[in-house]
Amino acid sequence: MILQKEYPMVADFLSSFNLKPEDDSKNFTEIVNELPASYFEDQATDADQLFELFQEFINGLEDTQTVQSIDSLEVLAGKDKSGNSESCNLNLIPGEITCIVGPTGSGKSRLLADIEWLANADTPTGRTVLINGEKADDSKIAQMGGKLIAQITQNMNFVLDMSVEEFLRMHAQSHFMLNVEEVITEVIKLANDLSGEPFQPDTPVTFLSGGQSRALMIANVACVGQAPIVLIDEIENAGVNKKKSLDLLVKKDKIVLMATHDPLLILLADKRVVIKNGGMHKVIETNSIERDFYSELEQLDNKLQLTKDYFRYGNELKKVGDIY
Amino acid sequence: MLTKLITVSGPPSSGKTSVIIKMIESLPQLKEKCGVIKFDCLSALDEEHYAKNGITAQTGLAGNLCPDHYFVSNIESCFVWARDKDFKVLVTESAGLCNRCAPHLKEVLAVCVLDNLSGINTPLKTGPMVKMADVVVVTKSDLVSQAEREVFRFKIQQVNSKCRVLFINGITGQGADRLAKLVVNANAFETTENLKLRFSMPAALCSYCLGETRVGEDFQIGLNRKIKL
Repeated sequence: MILQKEYPMVADFLSSFNLKPEDDSKNFTEIVNELPASYFEDQATDADQLFELFQEFINGLEDTQTVQSIDSLEVLAGKDKSGNSESCNLNLIPGEITCIVGPTGSGKSRLLADIEWLANADTPTGRTVLINGEKADDSKIAQMGGKLIAQITQNMNFVLDMSVEEFLRMHAQSHFMLNVEEVITEVIKLANDLSGEPFQPDTPVTFLSGGQSRALMIANVACVGQAPIVLIDEIENAGVNKKKSLDLLVKKDKIVLMATHDPLLILLADKRVVIKNGGMHKVIETNSIERDFYSELEQLDNKLQLTKDYFRYGNELKKVGDIY
Repeated sequence: MLTKLITVSGPPSSGKTSVIIKMIESLPQLKEKCGVIKFDCLSALDEEHYAKNGITAQTGLAGNLCPDHYFVSNIESCFVWARDKDFKVLVTESAGLCNRCAPHLKEVLAVCVLDNLSGINTPLKTGPMVKMADVVVVTKSDLVSQAEREVFRFKIQQVNSKCRVLFINGITGQGADRLAKLVVNANAFETTENLKLRFSMPAALCSYCLGETRVGEDFQIGLNRKIKL
């Protein structure tokens, strides 16, 4: 199989069905036609099913280049928990950061679920989501639904027993990427830059520190993930440079959503949508006063960080100016 | 009135019960119109779990029989039970024993529940339960990275390209309304008489099926197969 050499994921497909062809010159039809009846019994499948799965698999390979492109995504107002009309729409475009603010339980998850499944006035909120200005039909929902949002939250961990390199290779192959090795190098370099605490390609993913894991997840979502929207949910400060992370995602033309209570992140965003009683209450664009205030806040935050480090490393304070 | 039938399968502890409960709760007024039958081998504590959530449930214990064979031979009376109670929906829940069979029936909405924490090869190892399902639900995916979720989805689609993959959080119920939507559109029946299994259940007819405990060659009667080393 020539395909096997060109596309390593074909070998992965074959091995997942316990097919280990010794003769490279055979094509898939020949391989399958020569299988004994006991094979199909053992694998709980039949030849037609194998052909069908292989065909779908090859279609996936051919679709590699057609990555879903989204120029805009608009959430049209529906109703809040009390049945009152929402007071605004929400417009999301690639390369822009939007914060979702509101107390816990205000309806953030519902909004995300509406986006994730391209609501069409068919959810409890009655919202409609337009993609590139159009309503999504059933085939579009089947194709994109559930794949639009990549999430990064504080309580996510890596659970696979694999090295960073192997892990990234497997992920890139699952998206049928062709320049896999380049992508791996890029992701590791970016992740190390984000965490400032370098790891090696052969480090097992489960050995990474919290900061390193988060950094790898962000770099990976930016470079390998195909979801056009990235949701960052309450990530703590420790271990990963948030500003750089956001810059990376914006540079990769992701629509960035942040669910956070951290004023530093709220002011870094281009705008924020306020959720109240399950409804979109208003959209606030970050104004120039807020942007100036951000610098002030950042200085304060740096001071706090330096102070934390000062005591963490076992120093004793003799004079207040000693810390910064 | 017809009754919808849904078969839910999945390895032990993958979150089947939680997913079913959250699915039922996400549809208004379904609770009173819906019954669940849990098929298990040894003991099933889930009946209480359903009762606590106000859902009518019954347990069928297969004991020393294969639970999947037990399922097929009892689905008819379970359906009659549901019809007698005027239920609109009957959900059957069964845990796979050897992963070689699946309780999925042709024309009947077939759901398989897998745990995202259970390892990347689970979709492959779970056999016909996954391969023959219309919907594969992935649970506990809030605990793993986005990349692992995507790879898991890919591995599922590698063995079942036609199925829908839904990520559902069994604790918060996030995503369960999507499954509920599919349940609303599922086929309904008057009787289970003409239904057929999607995949034949294997022959397991050896002396050990009949209670043999001795190991030696002399005691192995019936269908046997020897390992190639």
